[in-house]
Amino acid sequence: MMKKSKRSFLKVAGIAAIGLGAFPAIHFASSDSHGTAHAVKSPNEGALLAHRWGMVIDTNKITDEVAENIVTACHKAHNVPDFNFEVDEEKYPNTRPVNHKQEVKWIWEEGFHYAFPDKEDEFLAERFHDLPFLVTCNHCKNAPCVKACPTGATFKREDGIVLMDFHRCIGCRFCMAACPYGSRSFNFRDPRPFIEETDLKFPTRSKGVVEKCNLCAERLTKGEQPHCVEASEGAIVVGDLEDPESEIRVLLNEHYTIRRKQSLGTEPSVYYIM
Amino acid sequence: MNKNYIITGLVVFVLAVLSPFWFNIVTTTQAMPEAELLGKSKTEKKCVLDKYEMRANHMSLLDEWRDAVVRDADRQYKSANGHSFNMSLSTGENSCLGCHEDKAKFCDSCHTYASVDPYCWECHTNPKEIK
Amino acid sequence: MLEIAIKGSKNYWLWIVFLLAVIGAGAIVYIDQFTNGLMITGMSRDVSWGFYIANFTYLVGVAAGGVMVVIPFYLHDYEKFHRITILGEFLAVGALIMCLLFIVVDLGQPIRMLNVLLYPSPKSILFYDMLVLNGYLFLNIVVGWKVLEAERNQVEPVWWTKPLVYLSIPFAIGIHTVTAYLYCGLPGRGFWLTAILAPRFLASAFAAGPAFLIILCYIIKKFTKFDPGWDAMQTLSKIVCYAIIANLFFFLCEVFVVYYSNIPGHKAHIQYLLFGYHGYTQLVPWMWTSLTLMGTGAVFLLIPQLRNNKTLLPVTCAMIVIGAWIDKGLGMISGGFVPSPLHHVTEYAPTGPEITITLAVYATGFLVLTILYKLATQVKEEVRG
Repeated sequence: MMKKSKRSFLKVAGIAAIGLGAFPAIHFASSDSHGTAHAVKSPNEGALLAHRWGMVIDTNKITDEVAENIVTACHKAHNVPDFNFEVDEEKYPNTRPVNHKQEVKWIWEEGFHYAFPDKEDEFLAERFHDLPFLVTCNHCKNAPCVKACPTGATFKREDGIVLMDFHRCIGCRFCMAACPYGSRSFNFRDPRPFIEETDLKFPTRSKGVVEKCNLCAERLTKGEQPHCVEASEGAIVVGDLEDPESEIRVLLNEHYTIRRKQSLGTEPSVYYIM
Repeated sequence: MNKNYIITGLVVFVLAVLSPFWFNIVTTTQAMPEAELLGKSKTEKKCVLDKYEMRANHMSLLDEWRDAVVRDADRQYKSANGHSFNMSLSTGENSCLGCHEDKAKFCDSCHTYASVDPYCWECHTNPKEIK
Repeated sequence: MLEIAIKGSKNYWLWIVFLLAVIGAGAIVYIDQFTNGLMITGMSRDVSWGFYIANFTYLVGVAAGGVMVVIPFYLHDYEKFHRITILGEFLAVGALIMCLLFIVVDLGQPIRMLNVLLYPSPKSILFYDMLVLNGYLFLNIVVGWKVLEAERNQVEPVWWTKPLVYLSIPFAIGIHTVTAYLYCGLPGRGFWLTAILAPRFLASAFAAGPAFLIILCYIIKKFTKFDPGWDAMQTLSKIVCYAIIANLFFFLCEVFVVYYSNIPGHKAHIQYLLFGYHGYTQLVPWMWTSLTLMGTGAVFLLIPQLRNNKTLLPVTCAMIVIGAWIDKGLGMISGGFVPSPLHHVTEYAPTGPEITITLAVYATGFLVLTILYKLATQVKEEVRG
């Protein structure tokens, strides 16, 4: 009998202790002492806005040189690590050798058959064989990565940009499995030793999070065009897909364009003029 | 027999549980450092919230800011006291570090004292450290 | 009841110490992974899930397999399973603990793990996987423990264990179905994009789980005074037989569809696994080993004389356990990632550190399993004696 009552006492005491422990947290959560209630948050004045951002890449205008400039401009500005960069031993001693298969990239060159594997034409026009095709995140209308993310770290903004919240990402990489375009990279290691020159206008990433093209959301908000557009010598246009008057819609109207893996129903927002 | 074991065990347990106190007795305790206002922040005389609220709740504010910037594309913050700020930790004049120029004295001194290690700087860059 | 676990023979303690040593080694390597990131693994941009998730998938199957003793006993009053039901439930507990650990070690930012609860995302299948896995774990712990406790006190189990048992049955099917949905709902991965994935997962689960349970029964019989009963093992082996045949049949369906339809995006993966793709053949010998093991195992179980052979049965079961492990562990995950969505071929093999951490997770599961089985067998001995 004695044993029983001691046991039940301990049970009750244990539950009470949990309640007691939770009290400060509940108290904090219920208080509104942050004084932020009356503050107003707003977008920058002069920010570029759209209903749904999209991109058109004119493949006729992309030469190897232009493509390289674009990739470099994007990767430099976003502090994307370059695993070919020789690490500064003084600053980062004992950096382990890299595995190039674990690289990070936001926008890069692919051959036609890789960029469009479902368009395996047996007798493809010769010139397409050597053309560089730039591939990046498609900012899909029905983005599979957004659906897959278990924390909302990958999300779709109202203006159609598919974004990463690096603070929230737990690094489960479900989004990488979900993306049909291989557009996502995982930080298998701390990227900082491999950044030649850190651009102060954009954060670096920490190990253990996924990253990808953000359509230069940080520039659009300041009224500036994305880096790829600026470096493209007119080959890339970014604009509002839902505005019939926009430059991008005029281009789409005038040219035959294709998108990557249209049959999957993800509705990519990146178009290629052939 | 058992009694001795139990008593010894209890004594060891109590001693172990109180270890932080023993640790504090044998080590010297430093006074809490005062966050120093240097450079621009010294003359500016305005901040998002008043000093004490900032001290207590800056982490909640920053959390709110990052959600606003990353998720809602809001970048401007008009505080209840009428001042406007760029919701950014380290980029631009009107950001946290834009005014509180010395991260070591403004952030780190307290964080080190309080033994907290926020991961902000794993990604965000302190302009001073890069130059 | 736990006090039983701290009284054991020398062998028992040697085994425990061995497991703890493996866990310790893995923990040290994990500290390295925790500080330096997943760079220590063989995973890459193209193959972004590897050994951890593969073993997770396999063990979800083992856990779900436990229901193959629960259904006959609780739904059909099949008395011969009375003695081993608890073994099935505790096997599920051990397997699920390993599953959850594999998820944790696979995360890039494990300290943010609770974001899954802080920002629940009902559109993500991972959200449901978390719910069913934890739910099934909870159900098995509660039911297993309560029923065993009642047995020890020689009273009827509390009334509410019954509804929980019934609830655990759909949960068992659920954990493996939802785990299959993680993969088969992804538009760009032709290998996984098949409605038969969940049934296939279940079939291989209902083969590998009970087969492993049979092996465990042999071990228990050898090392304890508790006899799980030859009849029960015979029935289990028939379950394994049908399940493994179903598994092979489903795979055959898969092979037919991809080769006859000849759609490149779907065919490439199975081509890579069975014959190699563009000269990359790393997994080919593994896959054929797996098919041979499962096929031979099925034949051995089908012929009554071979199935009834007490020395052959554990060997057959081991063949099926290993065959299913290769099929699901190595083939299922790598096969989905190779070739990549852009049809590049990046092969994957786990690294030493990755394998060490994996073994440590297995050791943790086996430690839990050992302790639970020790309780179960001892209680059953006590009651009989």
